[in-house]
Amino acid sequence: MKYFLSCKKAAELCDKAQYSEAGPFAKLLLRIHVFICKPCKGYTKQNTKLTETLQSAKLQALAPEKKEFLRNQIQTEVQKQQSL
Amino acid sequence: MELLDENLWVDKYADYLYNYTIVRVNDAVVAEDLISETFLAALKSKKNFKGEATERTWLISILKRKIIDHYRKINSKKGKAEVHISYKNEDSEGDWLEENAADPFDKTAEDAMENKELGLVILECLDKLPEKQAKIFKLKTVENYDTEAICKEYNITPSNLWVIIHRARKTLAECLEKNWFN
Repeated sequence: MKYFLSCKKAAELCDKAQYSEAGPFAKLLLRIHVFICKPCKGYTKQNTKLTETLQSAKLQALAPEKKEFLRNQIQTEVQKQQSL
Repeated sequence: MELLDENLWVDKYADYLYNYTIVRVNDAVVAEDLISETFLAALKSKKNFKGEATERTWLISILKRKIIDHYRKINSKKGKAEVHISYKNEDSEGDWLEENAADPFDKTAEDAMENKELGLVILECLDKLPEKQAKIFKLKTVENYDTEAICKEYNITPSNLWVIIHRARKTLAECLEKNWFN
């Protein structure tokens, strides 16, 4: 346990913070740790940048039911071709 | 030669094709239709796949044609292409040229273009992750699933999930550093 947290724990909290799943106390511990620990400071910086990049990309996923529809459509078409 | 496996198309490429399309047609329903048409056209011309390109590149080339056709269709309905020139407000006073000059803090066409490519680079990077890792990362980050819901679906503990997320984020950050920021 150095700097209030192990680096492993700090990385986990940092990841959770990217998804707003770190509580206020955890965030405080993380901030103190990162202030002192150079490698974790680097990771936090990289991780925050990744979150910003992901947000600016506005990635979207096709809805599961649409995917199911496409899967069925392809299967039907393949069967049709095979029966020809 | 690469063999086509159409049963995996949806899992492997649907999101990629969707992101490619949505930024170009800006309409979810139209995008879904175009992807469905693309898969059907691909099945019909499977024989023409020479294995020179990757499956994904080949599907994109079909999709591109579908998108162009889509714009041809809506343009022929209109009869002619329209050019919109809008001034901020016809009655506004002042130096209109300055008022209409590009606002550096505004979303510009270039930004949109850049983001268009960024989304695809991210998905390409995710392709390099182990399949389960990529899937869980996508559920968590793109589809905003609850930690609990993912754990249930994959029968893993929350700490398993965070380890997977951590690995995915690390690899992804490195991949983007190489392929996007440089």
